Amino acid sequence: MRDVAVIGIGLTKFGELWDKSFRHLITEAGSKAIFDSGIEGLEIDAMYVGSMSSGRFIGQEHIGALVADASGFSHLNIPSTRVEGACASGGLAVREGYLSIASGLNDIVVVGGIEKMNDVSGTAATETLAMAADQEWEAFFGATFPSIYGMIATRHMHEYGTTREQLAQVAVKNHSNGALNPFAQFQREIKIEFVLKAPPVAHPLGMFDCSPVTDGAAAIVMCSLDKAKKYSDKPIKIIASGQASDSLSLHERRDICTLDSTVKAAEKAYKQANITSNDIDFAEVHDCFTIAEICAIEDLGFVKKGEGGKAIDNNITQLNGSLPVNPSGGLKSKGHPVGATGVAQIVEIVNQLRGEADKRQVKNAKIGLAHNVGGSGATCTVHILEGI
Amino acid sequence: MSDIGIVSYGAYIPRFRIKAEDIASVWGKDGPSIIKGLGIYEKSVPSIDEDTATISVEAARNALKRCSVDPSEIGAIYIGSESHPYAVKPTGTIVGEAIGSTPELMVADYEFACKAGTAAIQSCYALVKSNLINYGLAIGADTSQAAPGDALEFSASAGGGAFIIGKNDVIATINSTISYTTDTPDFWRRAERKYPAHGGRFTGGPAYFKHITNSSINLMKKINSKPEDYDYAIFHQPNGKFPISIAKKLGFSFEQIKQGLLVPNIGNTYSGATMIGLASVLDIAKSGSRIFLTSYGSGAGSDSFDITITDKINLLKRKNAPSIEQMIKNKKYIDYGTYAKFTDLLYWE
Repeated sequence: MRDVAVIGIGLTKFGELWDKSFRHLITEAGSKAIFDSGIEGLEIDAMYVGSMSSGRFIGQEHIGALVADASGFSHLNIPSTRVEGACASGGLAVREGYLSIASGLNDIVVVGGIEKMNDVSGTAATETLAMAADQEWEAFFGATFPSIYGMIATRHMHEYGTTREQLAQVAVKNHSNGALNPFAQFQREIKIEFVLKAPPVAHPLGMFDCSPVTDGAAAIVMCSLDKAKKYSDKPIKIIASGQASDSLSLHERRDICTLDSTVKAAEKAYKQANITSNDIDFAEVHDCFTIAEICAIEDLGFVKKGEGGKAIDNNITQLNGSLPVNPSGGLKSKGHPVGATGVAQIVEIVNQLRGEADKRQVKNAKIGLAHNVGGSGATCTVHILEGI
Repeated sequence: MSDIGIVSYGAYIPRFRIKAEDIASVWGKDGPSIIKGLGIYEKSVPSIDEDTATISVEAARNALKRCSVDPSEIGAIYIGSESHPYAVKPTGTIVGEAIGSTPELMVADYEFACKAGTAAIQSCYALVKSNLINYGLAIGADTSQAAPGDALEFSASAGGGAFIIGKNDVIATINSTISYTTDTPDFWRRAERKYPAHGGRFTGGPAYFKHITNSSINLMKKINSKPEDYDYAIFHQPNGKFPISIAKKLGFSFEQIKQGLLVPNIGNTYSGATMIGLASVLDIAKSGSRIFLTSYGSGAGSDSFDITITDKINLLKRKNAPSIEQMIKNKKYIDYGTYAKFTDLLYWE
């Protein structure tokens, strides 16, 4: 296996982007990443794009070829593949790109992630997202993702004494970070009372416990490490890529408060990087709901099972804490264009490791972890990156 | 400066009201949070025999009561509405006949969502300016529709305003008017559909705010005016939040928009909304007062007006017809069942 580095990153503004089309967004992110890396189109060996449901959101499938075409590369006949794994589509696309370089098959790969979600109504968006759950056993009976994560939260509170206020504090923290991110959908701080008084969505989760519906795209350029210095002064090495699966439906799980796919993907990643969770300086985790961040920091091994709620009380995960989590604002504040999220997390990690994260720069950031989840935990990718 | 403008005005608001809280309780929604979110406490409801034609006639008669214009001298009637009672057969002929303006009369019905009334003012203004007519009657009126359970049910209400436009005894000079129009599908009703459809949050930023902002700024640029030059400002009011927010964004104070902001107590009267807002300002405005108005119609476009009150306002018999304040106070509450009957929710084929 060859070592792989990220040499270029690109991100669009996240939000309700009524005046930007799917093509506009992915080519904006892609061209920013390519420009940032300094490569030429002729040098691209392959492209991967993560998107959960372009078919339902904009009525367009076959987006692998579309993205290459819209980028002006149709005459180069670059192989371009769409990857789907619900909200982990982006993380999976990154992993596919990584594997193709690590295997020695490709030298330079562009990976994108995108979702254009606001062209359908809120109800249609919720229904589309619910297709990432088990259609026969969950969605058919009316379970949507807020309700599935609501059940996880209720059980977590029962088992470990996690409080409503601790859930709310996750949103407060992530908004506080997002307020420093010019690409975030919600660039404003919120108070805990605001979260607690928000309209209910699925008990105990309220409006401000849920990530929003977002349009946006992200892209990275990856290269074999031996060639990376040719293009970049600050290549960022991918020191591990882990992936795991679990049952599609929540009720089949051994323990609904633990995402075993996260536990397993993290185990593989730590083993590959030959480090432990203690070596991680900061992380971008999949906080699609506030409870998801609490579960994530437990399942990634940052705190003991059941102590995720206390971590927020002890300010461990704050931007200036001992292990900053979601310095970008996370899915909650930065926004969650589902297929783009896994790639956008890598963009943030690279920004931080390059020391270019401006007001939200994590101090002494050497090793960062990206955690991307599909559904309620049926798919998970964990990537660990290190500045060199 | 031309001396063409408003000669008289009248309005009509049905006296039935339903409280937002009562609508919320029927659908299992949280009343207080909806009232807070929309800024609407209650809305007007047309009685079972009221429609855009009857509302237009009432508003036109109130305008005629205040002045000495002979209805037969009115050379044009344009009625803007998205709830004309007939798909084919004009509302304008019914109104023209009822107030005695037929037969030497230009008539056409207008539709441009919530701004068709101000479009009618622009047409009458142009016809008077070109000397084709002496007086034109511009009306904006609606009995707006909302599907049961839709968010629009809290706002869609009924009412209308009528303005006689001419060049003699003008009480309010229209100094300048412009429009800003694009094809923006934020809200629509297909032919033969009973209720409209809308694009949710798309109706905000790229629709209402974009068009009102551009139209307003363009007019102020054109005539070199500033928000502080105006005593009153009226903006389209689909809910209680949008007009306050757009006023702030453009640099107008709440004091300037207060008199023309009626949506919290009567709801969104659609084509009637800015017309009734302007009528409310004319109820109290004094000679020399300057008014800024921008309407908004989905689909989408905005009309902006710069208006100055003249000393002829003192000769207008304003008290000959009820003021907007009096019409708002003259109310009778109904429950959701009566509302359903009055607004034909119990309709079946």
